[in-house]
Amino acid sequence: MENNSRRGFMGKAFGAVAAVGAVGSLVAMKKTWDPLPSVKAAGFTTLDMTVYQEGVMVTEKWRGKPIFVLKKSAEVMENEKGNPAAEARNIKIGDDNFMVAIGLCTHLGCIPAFRPAENDFLCACHGGMFDASGLVTKVPPPRGFDIPPFKIDGTNLILGEVGPEWQSMKDNGVTL
Amino acid sequence: MAHFTKATSVKDWLNQRLAIETVEKVMMSEYWIPKNINFLWAMGMVLVVTFVLLLVSGIFLLMYYVPTVDEAFYSVNYTIMREVDFGWLWRHIHGVAASVVFLVIYIHMFTGIYYGSYKKGREMIWISGMLLFVAFSAEAFSGYMLPWGQMSYWAGMVITNLFSGGSLHADALVEWIRGDYVPAQAFLGRFFMLHVLLIPLAIVGLIGLHFAALRIPHVNNQDGEEIDFNAESKKYLDGDKAGSKVMRFANDFMSKDMMVVGIFLIFLFYLVFWNYSFALDPVNFDPADGLKTPEHIYPEWYFLWSYEILRPFNIDLGLVLFGFAQVIFVFLPFLDRSPNTCPANRRGTMFKVWFWLMLSNMIVLTAMGKLPPEGIFSTIGLVAAIVFVVQWIALPFITSREKKV
Amino acid sequence: MKNKEPIILIVVIFFSLVTYYLVEPFAHGVMHKHVDSENFQYADLPALTKSGNVANGEELIINAGCTGCHSMEKAGMPAPMDAVTAAQSYGVNPPDLSEVGALYDDKFLADLIKNPAHALKVEHKFDASKGEMHPMVPFYGMGGDIDQEVADMVAYLKNLAVSPSDVTPAMAFENACGRCHAVEYENWTQIGTKPSFKHEKDSLAFDIQVLEYEDSLKKYMGKLPPDLSSYIRSRSEDFLITFIENPQNHLAGTAMPRVGVTADTAEKVLEYMRDAGDTKRHERESIGKVVMIYIVIFAIFAFLWKKQVWRDLH
Repeated sequence: MENNSRRGFMGKAFGAVAAVGAVGSLVAMKKTWDPLPSVKAAGFTTLDMTVYQEGVMVTEKWRGKPIFVLKKSAEVMENEKGNPAAEARNIKIGDDNFMVAIGLCTHLGCIPAFRPAENDFLCACHGGMFDASGLVTKVPPPRGFDIPPFKIDGTNLILGEVGPEWQSMKDNGVTL
Repeated sequence: MAHFTKATSVKDWLNQRLAIETVEKVMMSEYWIPKNINFLWAMGMVLVVTFVLLLVSGIFLLMYYVPTVDEAFYSVNYTIMREVDFGWLWRHIHGVAASVVFLVIYIHMFTGIYYGSYKKGREMIWISGMLLFVAFSAEAFSGYMLPWGQMSYWAGMVITNLFSGGSLHADALVEWIRGDYVPAQAFLGRFFMLHVLLIPLAIVGLIGLHFAALRIPHVNNQDGEEIDFNAESKKYLDGDKAGSKVMRFANDFMSKDMMVVGIFLIFLFYLVFWNYSFALDPVNFDPADGLKTPEHIYPEWYFLWSYEILRPFNIDLGLVLFGFAQVIFVFLPFLDRSPNTCPANRRGTMFKVWFWLMLSNMIVLTAMGKLPPEGIFSTIGLVAAIVFVVQWIALPFITSREKKV
Repeated sequence: MKNKEPIILIVVIFFSLVTYYLVEPFAHGVMHKHVDSENFQYADLPALTKSGNVANGEELIINAGCTGCHSMEKAGMPAPMDAVTAAQSYGVNPPDLSEVGALYDDKFLADLIKNPAHALKVEHKFDASKGEMHPMVPFYGMGGDIDQEVADMVAYLKNLAVSPSDVTPAMAFENACGRCHAVEYENWTQIGTKPSFKHEKDSLAFDIQVLEYEDSLKKYMGKLPPDLSSYIRSRSEDFLITFIENPQNHLAGTAMPRVGVTADTAEKVLEYMRDAGDTKRHERESIGKVVMIYIVIFAIFAFLWKKQVWRDLH
């Protein structure tokens, strides 16, 4: 009798040891599926914001998505005054003001084209339009351009990291 | 060690070591099938044949397919379609059979529901069958990623996004599944592995379970009649073949299986050679482009009904109902409280209506899932999705009030 | 007992066909805009009223300066500059004129000579009133009756070209489409078929030429026109035909010009695309027939076997 229960106990103990091994290997399997360091490293893009010229739209790339960077002129800033929606989206780095946004139309993900003469964006797919601050001026897009998570680091902008400026934009519903 | 004698023939030699005569009896000649069944009972064999076609064509595609984001599209559309002799044939068979297999699965499933083949000891047949459905769905989805065309990429994007859990914003989980922020090399590599190794292994195992689950309760028949298989098989073996209620699986029922398979293959190969666009979506002949969304994104037809249950609601409720739709069929044997095992049409008005409404409603959901979610279509889709959910909630109540027939 | 199989079969087929109809023909009919073919009539363009004189046309073509940009290999006039330089100057390499008389519609050619942006339907891009000129200079006439002069030029071009029945799919595609669209599967680039090079350096040099050409093209068209290798599978033939006929009907505002091909040339273009993206279609047809015959025989034998086995069961 005593022997039997001891055998039963050892069987359970063996089962427990085997289970530890199984869980341990599951950890390794989970980790193998994680994004690779090289992929993660490519998930952060640092932009040197001193190189941009006013009124010239530059398309950068972050996590496979196009990122629109537009340095706003004083004239554009003057226009934005009194428009809280536009002001809330402004990214100020030093004395310069930028529009930085994911360059995909929020309607169906086409890439709108920048029109330097009109200083706005026109989406060729369904005719949606956005102004220089990324707000919709003509539907169908449901909302302005999404703003990628960013952190301001001196004159650099790190895309992919969450800084206080972006967090407050998100909390205030300026971007998704 | 068992006692072995000198073999008198190859068969005897094998018989002593593998008991092939017993195996032959258990699996074929004395595997008893009721006589009162119709051609719908041949769908299992049709599925086996289709699965073999998929396996064989897949093996040949695998030899030339290159699972990298830069070469996958080229290896499929140039190497396999243009260069490899009969490469186009394997691809067409693989693509069309992968779509048609779901039509047969749905027929097989609704046959089971109609005749009550999930009741009274046949629960495991139903459950293993639904697990097979899930495995086939995963197999189909992972295979759809491999040509790395526009639909592969965007379906991969949209479906993996479902795992963000709506307002939960579980983006880390989505990124873990993809191995990247967007579908890319890591994503293609793991879905390739799933498609050619892990899921097929699971499918083969589940097919074994599905067959094993049939052995003890035997297949159902079209009247839900409880047959005394021992007495009836004895009658058959004693020579009263015509009087017995049962027949051998082989050759009796298998000859009918093969006849149905023959007719099915006429239909399948017509599609392979002349009407394949429904299975090889034209949009997927454009290479994947993460910077350009196709105008319409829709899943393959067999996923449309559950996709449509997701769509008309806000993201969180949609996901919950989508999850509900995915698992609810598994619980059918326990939700159906009726004492009857017989065709739906003989179980009283309530269940009869339930069955035909479920079938029609799923077709409506399927159609709406493909159409753009605008105007009248989204209203119809919403109503159909609600009807679907209500039907399942109502099932235990209407079946428990059913009278014994 | 009554045999219920026929009615069961009808139910199965009915529900399958309803599903098929809804998700395929019906859904695609709703999703895709239907554009009726205009049968390459170019009804918006004025008909040619004058009959042209070949000899006058030849003189006019040379004097009007056409060959300042266009080559005319057949008449011994080479291209004034290579494709890459031409694209840098004009946005796209101007076509060789040797066979255009056979490839394009007469009315289209006449209108193109007089008003390129109008014939090509790209006036939304090249608005003369805003000073946005199409890179092809319109022909303003040599002092005589301009309609007569244009008719003469068209007559000369038609005379120079092969007979329309001798137009090959490659000729049609390369002249009408191939200066903007590459076809990787046919080894076609916008500057010609890529030769096989012995040295990798030469191969890379060729690729760089293509990239430079594509850069000019991108600037001119707004984006790089797509590679058409598998367009025959990714678009329906009906879409391709009506798109070639008038891209604006499908995609208002697109930078792709109406190329003005005749119905025959369009069919040749499609044939070229079938060769590129649906190369094994003839084999598919012939093998398909053989397989169907075999499967029917298979089904008949299965049926006969079943009949024999089941004779004892009833």
